[in-house]
Amino acid sequence: MLGQNEQNIKKRMEGRVAINKVLMVLFGLATTVGLVFLVLLFYRVLTQGIGYLSLDYILNFPAPYPEEAGIYAGLIGSIFLMVIVAIFAVIIGVATAIYLEEYAPKNKFTDFIRVNIQNLAGVPSIVFGLLGLTFFVYMFNFGYTLIAGGLTMALLILPVIVVAAQEAVRSVPAEIKEASYGMGASKWQTIARVILPAAIPGILTGAIIALSRAIGETAPLIIVGAATAIYTLPDSLLAKYTVMPIQIYNWTGRPQEEWQFVAGAGIIVLLAVLLLMNSIAVLIRNKYQRRL
Amino acid sequence: MDKGLQSEGKMIDVQQMIERNKNKKSFGERIEKIIPFFLLLCAAVSVLTTVGILFTLLRESIGFFSNVSLIDFYTGTSWSPWSGEYGVAPLIGGTLLITLIATLVAVPLGLMSAIFLSEYANDKVRRVIKPVLEVLAGIPTVVYGYFALTFITPMFQAFIPDLGIFNALSGGFVVGIMIIPMVASLSEDAMNSVPNALREGAYGLGATKLEVVFKVVLPAALSGIIASIVLAISRAIGETMIVTIAAGATPNLTFDPSESIQTMTAFIVQAATGDTTFGSTIYYSLYAVGMTLFVFTLVMNLIAQYISRKFREEY
Repeated sequence: MLGQNEQNIKKRMEGRVAINKVLMVLFGLATTVGLVFLVLLFYRVLTQGIGYLSLDYILNFPAPYPEEAGIYAGLIGSIFLMVIVAIFAVIIGVATAIYLEEYAPKNKFTDFIRVNIQNLAGVPSIVFGLLGLTFFVYMFNFGYTLIAGGLTMALLILPVIVVAAQEAVRSVPAEIKEASYGMGASKWQTIARVILPAAIPGILTGAIIALSRAIGETAPLIIVGAATAIYTLPDSLLAKYTVMPIQIYNWTGRPQEEWQFVAGAGIIVLLAVLLLMNSIAVLIRNKYQRRL
Repeated sequence: MDKGLQSEGKMIDVQQMIERNKNKKSFGERIEKIIPFFLLLCAAVSVLTTVGILFTLLRESIGFFSNVSLIDFYTGTSWSPWSGEYGVAPLIGGTLLITLIATLVAVPLGLMSAIFLSEYANDKVRRVIKPVLEVLAGIPTVVYGYFALTFITPMFQAFIPDLGIFNALSGGFVVGIMIIPMVASLSEDAMNSVPNALREGAYGLGATKLEVVFKVVLPAALSGIIASIVLAISRAIGETMIVTIAAGATPNLTFDPSESIQTMTAFIVQAATGDTTFGSTIYYSLYAVGMTLFVFTLVMNLIAQYISRKFREEY
């Protein structure tokens, strides 16, 4: 009687355990789908682009023939743009974070700023393009220039930098701050000499990650008029410019198959720059990761 | 006398010292007062950005709606701005079709990945897979567009022979791949925050891991999971480059994913790169479409925030 019962239980258990095993495999497989596509994407880009990638490709301007086309204008344009974006977005972003973490009174206005930053992070990038087009291109009369693109992108990544900087500032332990106050330091002295130096690795890591997002952005720059083909390097803030993603987009849209390989080579350069930036971010994080 | 003078002299010194310190202090005090003001100005930039976005979209949309009636815009079913037809339904339809396909790809795969990472994988596996999965979210969308056009579409064409070069299916599929890490990562965070005591209680009653997942962890983490899905959908609605490159430029009110369509974002790119003169109706239509897109994503983001705030389970 008891043996029969135990056997029934065992039978039912076996079924449930088996289903558990099957689904575990299924969940594992589902996890690999994303990874498989990542590998496919890298493989595809590498095999298509590697044939056109050369020093000439990196140092050439766009050309009417795929064999002669290069990404130099885009590479330099992207670097210039990133410098502008970094200056504006990091200064404003870090200042906002310090305000919110250290100075902001607990009131409705502060809450409003916080919610507002959260919402800005969810606004599609192309809408920032429309903002830049209206304000920077037409209203401020910058036209389709480096500074118009740079300011648009700075506003786009501002929420990311603010959130990263807030976390970095918040993670500075209260004991250090209190020690600084205890020595008679004022609030700003404490911020400038204790909190900021301690938070800089975190801020830098966040800023580089935000910038690496900006370097791959295409849509807002199309709207604020980054050029698709340009044969000079930007020499001032009011110069015309192009960036790597715009050149890649332009080549991808051409019907002849050779241009796909040119685009592939451009993607390799773009991904290499991204990889470089991310490694720098990881290096900074590892180097300064110590418990305070 | 001497003593008195001496002490008077000292007094003056002390007074001078105090005076000097006072001056120093007042300089320091000035900085202490200026800095918060400067910081507040910087914090105001993000608020100004929002105001700027609303102002831009509203003002230029109003310019558009003085030429095209609001009712025609939202009820018309033909979008052909170069011949004066402004019915936005095909663009909204195209956007929803892409979003639907992307959701069908990303939600099951993302949720299953989250369950695997949170409940089945050990620490080592999770620490490797999670960052690698997040690389997917960091790849520039123009690269995804290229991948969709030159790899995914030919791959699908092997199974569906009449699939065009530009089609909603590969665009939506790749958007889905892109947002997998968003669903997976945020859902995994939500599941991770379910306390182990709940799981152990269920194990103690003889539940298998799978039963714990479906009857304990998923219900407990539901609000976080839904919020992650809504955010991912919002991202899919606003996605631009993948659909511009891979889904085509045919405003087409259809639910057939093998056809070429145009989304709201893709139209904005097309019109901005084409011959759109400043002040023309097509120029203003950019903003009317942008406004519609903005409202769509804003509503989704507010829903996600509401869900994660309102239904947050505290343990």
